[in-house]
Amino acid sequence: MSINRRQFLRRAGMVTALGLGSSLVITGYRKKDAAASGYAKAPKDMPAKRWAMVVDMSKFKSEADFEKVIEACHKLHNVPKFPNTKDEIKWIWKDDYHHTFAGGHNEYLDEHVMHSPFLVTCNHCDNPPCVRACPTQATFQRPDGIVAMDFHRCIGCRFCMAACPFGARSFNFKDPRPFIEEVSTEYPTRTPGVVEKCNFCYERLADGLMPACVEKSNGGLIFGDLDDPNSEVRKIVGSKLTIRRKPELGTQPSVYYLVGGGEHA
Amino acid sequence: MLEKALSGSKRYWIWVTLLLGIIAVGFVAYMNQFNNGLGVTGMSRDVSWGLYIAQFTFLVGVAASAVMLVLPYYLHDFKKFGKMVILGEFLAIPAVIMCMLFIVVDLGQPMRIMNVILHPSPNSVMFYDMIVLCGYLLINLVVGWTTLGAERKGAPSPKWVKPIIYLSIPWAVSIHTVTAFLYAGLPGRHLWLSAIMAARFLASAFAAGPAILILLCFIVKKVSKFDPDPGVGAIQSLVKIVRYAMIANVFFYILELFTAFYSNIPEYSAPLRYIFFGMDGHYSLVPIMWTAVVLAFLGIAMLVFPSTRMNKATLIIGLLSIIIANWIDKGMILIVAGFVPNSFERVIEYAPTLNEILVTLAVYAIGMLLVTILYKVAISVREEKAN
Repeated sequence: MSINRRQFLRRAGMVTALGLGSSLVITGYRKKDAAASGYAKAPKDMPAKRWAMVVDMSKFKSEADFEKVIEACHKLHNVPKFPNTKDEIKWIWKDDYHHTFAGGHNEYLDEHVMHSPFLVTCNHCDNPPCVRACPTQATFQRPDGIVAMDFHRCIGCRFCMAACPFGARSFNFKDPRPFIEEVSTEYPTRTPGVVEKCNFCYERLADGLMPACVEKSNGGLIFGDLDDPNSEVRKIVGSKLTIRRKPELGTQPSVYYLVGGGEHA
Repeated sequence: MLEKALSGSKRYWIWVTLLLGIIAVGFVAYMNQFNNGLGVTGMSRDVSWGLYIAQFTFLVGVAASAVMLVLPYYLHDFKKFGKMVILGEFLAIPAVIMCMLFIVVDLGQPMRIMNVILHPSPNSVMFYDMIVLCGYLLINLVVGWTTLGAERKGAPSPKWVKPIIYLSIPWAVSIHTVTAFLYAGLPGRHLWLSAIMAARFLASAFAAGPAILILLCFIVKKVSKFDPDPGVGAIQSLVKIVRYAMIANVFFYILELFTAFYSNIPEYSAPLRYIFFGMDGHYSLVPIMWTAVVLAFLGIAMLVFPSTRMNKATLIIGLLSIIIANWIDKGMILIVAGFVPNSFERVIEYAPTLNEILVTLAVYAIGMLLVTILYKVAISVREEKAN
């Protein structure tokens, strides 16, 4: 059987109308209350306008002090341990002064200071270049300042990794799951092909808990709301000499390093 | 008109089969990457973009270079390019498609690519890059197909296509400008953080792109009865464009070197020191970059002197030198060295893996196959008219 153009168009139109019409009918009958009933606030959630962290390096005396902190974070967040540095995933780690505060070195600085270790992690910048670069809003800034990731939206383009001036982001080059020693049920594992980084433990903050690293730091990491004039972080940042990584780039990191140590304000 | 690509000589089919073979091998390599993740490439936490994104950058330039024919022909009524314009447009189409493929093969989660449209992010330069690349592909498809179709029927091109042709001129500039903005707006990547990046991109594109087109014209003349330059001097005019664009490109590069080295700010010169002299015992890019330097000056010299420019053999050497120099600069080093030294001033080098190279070759083979098909159609129409 052969049909001419007019007949074909008429039949195609009828089928289309039927399809569209029936989909409308089906949508009309669907239960309306299936939609989200709104987002309730977690009962113990700690509200803040600007979460920030102060790193007091004087409290980190031995290798074990660093390991404890790094372990707590990486265990909780199912950060895999890859044997090679190429595929490495890091949320919080240590590097020496010389490399952490790269640029413009005082060549007469004592060797000991140059190589003294510093904890580094995502700076949760006020003006995060990674958020600006992300083409899908998979990485975004929360109202409390935390720069978070949606692992299910990330397309793995790694534009954020190019944009981050701090090397804070890691990419799942391989399936991370076989490299997780002990799977934690507190936080999801990741698929290959997505970017991840420190999240300031927003899942713990929602339960009224301090970030895992802070809890294990023996007071070496101080965490709080920079917007609150009575918070400890605000007092330290306001009255003591603190430095930040690459402040000249204008990203306004919210991780501060207390230099000289001493007592808190 | 597409049916014209379905009949050809034995040589034509051998060539097509060869390309399909390379594509098949690359497809298997891509499946390996798809299943095992980007860990099969040489990319790392520190050098997180490599060969794929570098090819994307280089090919955006090739795509944009069609404007070097369209602009003189349509805006200045430069009749010499009459036979060649369609070849420029039909080079731009595969180039844009290759760009898109290089983005897709670089993604960690390619199945989620639609998220770029589902969650549009006007803050991201990549959002605009997607728009301009898709737009440019569409413009060239419409313009190329319509003008060739009209020519086949012996009719003038329809009036409505003229505004689209004019639109293609600023649009071509926009694709490479936006691509440069992907890099030039990132804080902390000193090799890229440069106001002249987009200008450099355009200069190198207008050198390498038309150079490739001239070589393609030579091939077309050899394998078919169609002569894109029937003694009117179209190729020599294009050679002049290549020459001045390449001189501008080298000039812009020297501007970068001056600012970085005379200012003596260590961060600004660090990637350039790594590229040209090596750093902390790492030298893998040094011989490659100096090769590009030599080729760039050799290519310019070949295209400056009338004796070498007019001689086909030396002209081809000059054009190849310029293409390779630009490819090394933009299709490899610019992207890789943007990450070296890393945010911690450590030198961690990158080298592509075999798997990565096979995928790259396959994408190029897809591009060449598309060039072959489109050129076959264009040439067949022209041959048909000539008879």
